[in-house]
Amino acid sequence: MSELTDLTIATARKGLAKGDFSAVELCEAHIEATDAANDALNTFIVTTFELAVKRAAQSDKRIKSGDAGVLEGIPLGIKDLFCTKDVQTTAGSHILDKFTPVYESTITKNLFDDGAVMIGKLNLDEFAMGSSNETSYFGNCINPWKRKADDAHLVPGGSSGGSASSVAARLVMGATATDTGGSIRQPAAFTGTVGMKPTYGRCSRWGVVAFASSLDQAGPITRTVEDAAIMLKSMASYDAKDTTSVDLPVPDYEKKLRDGVKGMKVGIPKEYRVEGMPDEIEQLWQKGIDWLKSEGAEIIDVSLPHTKYALPAYYIVAPAEASSNLARYDGVRYGLRAEGDDILNMYENTRAQGFGAEVKRRIMIGTYVLSAGYYDAYYLKAQKVRTLIKRDFDEAYKKVDVLLTPTTPGPAFAPGEKGGDDPVEMYLNDIFTVTANMAGLPGISVPSGLSLEGTPLGLQLIGKPFDEAGLLRVAQTLEDAAGLLPTPDKWWV
Amino acid sequence: MGPERIRGIIYEVLMKVDEKLVRRIAHLARIKVSDSDVQHLEGELTSILGFVELLSEVDTDNVEPMTSAVDREMFERKDVVTDGGYPDDIVKNAPERDDHYFMVPKVVE
Repeated sequence: MSELTDLTIATARKGLAKGDFSAVELCEAHIEATDAANDALNTFIVTTFELAVKRAAQSDKRIKSGDAGVLEGIPLGIKDLFCTKDVQTTAGSHILDKFTPVYESTITKNLFDDGAVMIGKLNLDEFAMGSSNETSYFGNCINPWKRKADDAHLVPGGSSGGSASSVAARLVMGATATDTGGSIRQPAAFTGTVGMKPTYGRCSRWGVVAFASSLDQAGPITRTVEDAAIMLKSMASYDAKDTTSVDLPVPDYEKKLRDGVKGMKVGIPKEYRVEGMPDEIEQLWQKGIDWLKSEGAEIIDVSLPHTKYALPAYYIVAPAEASSNLARYDGVRYGLRAEGDDILNMYENTRAQGFGAEVKRRIMIGTYVLSAGYYDAYYLKAQKVRTLIKRDFDEAYKKVDVLLTPTTPGPAFAPGEKGGDDPVEMYLNDIFTVTANMAGLPGISVPSGLSLEGTPLGLQLIGKPFDEAGLLRVAQTLEDAAGLLPTPDKWWV
Repeated sequence: MGPERIRGIIYEVLMKVDEKLVRRIAHLARIKVSDSDVQHLEGELTSILGFVELLSEVDTDNVEPMTSAVDREMFERKDVVTDGGYPDDIVKNAPERDDHYFMVPKVVE
């Protein structure tokens, strides 16, 4: 038998049901892997090993008594943006110092109710603001992949860097993640994992630390498309506690996973062929087109004319909503407090000490664009552009079922390599992913090959609202054609 | 507001991301900034605001602003109390508390 940490969720579930191994054994294998890797990769902010073994033992009982849930005994990592009852939740920020929620987020509750076992809370960019996991108060998270030519560390992408790295390094079988502008799909592409952002409203935002509420959406990072289907089914639910949660039944995403793409119409948006795009990205995209075509899909060129305005509009909408959401961190009700002579000073000192540079920048941009006299010129303008972006997609979906694009404009880079002098350089990483957030659409990144440097690259599929099932089906076809990527060397052991 | 006017405002802004503006925004955002922070932020905010200026070339006359990413009926709930009654939990994470009160520096002289 192969190592327990190499199993997928789907195969582990079968093994557990047959009694090939116990949930405790499966859990301990992942604890051991995590223990060996965390100093080097820094993917966990906190580990909850004791709790995990306890929950795994309960899973074993339920498996024996025939009461197993769909994720019974499966070791998962939880991005540290999800509030977990009695387990510290930091959002990667100093300002949430010692914060221990007294409640459970809806998504983690769904997962735990289905039997999932949490190994710990995963590193991320501070308040999910970043594309490289370099803004966390708890230090950079490292990609298990390295370039074949040198020994340099690479970033795992962000903001769900800890989720992507832990899944790629086989420390957990799957992880929760969140995506506001590409924070699930971009790190998935950088680490050779599958990352899915569902339609806005599909998964409850209740108990997930808010960044930009009209864009935030949680989803899974896994090693296979099938595992993404399994996890999403558990995470998704209608939740009255989130007013933007959508009251639609959650389908069984596994059911039609292997139905293929024969007769499906796949759109290729010409605006994604951006200037200066590396040849290898262009070639990967063409490969994806060829794969789907040979499986019987019809390839259709489409135009999304407002694509280039999505990222600038995002950098108005997201900071504006962030500045409003993050106003709650004032040193009064939870988290860090710095002393001050009066209350205003206390607020200002607390927020100066508690927030990192990138978060401060975004709060300030947001504060500015919402300030008196500028709201119309910035926020309102950006929301109008968003209407146009959504309209582009609506038009395209009259002709096609799904869109195929690259996930990122390039492979993983080294820490410090991007955005040092100009924050916009880092923001450009999300150029292909941010459109789906602006329009509320589901998107998935599927590992599709290796770069010339020997590191993973991903292709992205963007679907119609609430057609996660169709999206996963095309993703499965892509995965089958591309084949699974090799396992990264365990250089940290 | 037409594109010309918006372009005008943004141009004014780009000309004006100076120390004074950075300090004003920082104050509105309730974030204390040091002198060296201000220097950095001037450049960074200029870069970001310059980047978003691209939007001024989009004609948005007669376009409604997006209010929801997903087309759906507004959800209405009954106006009744469904939660509460656990003050211990509410103040549990407060950096300073006294009984069921959050403690802050004196606000009224």
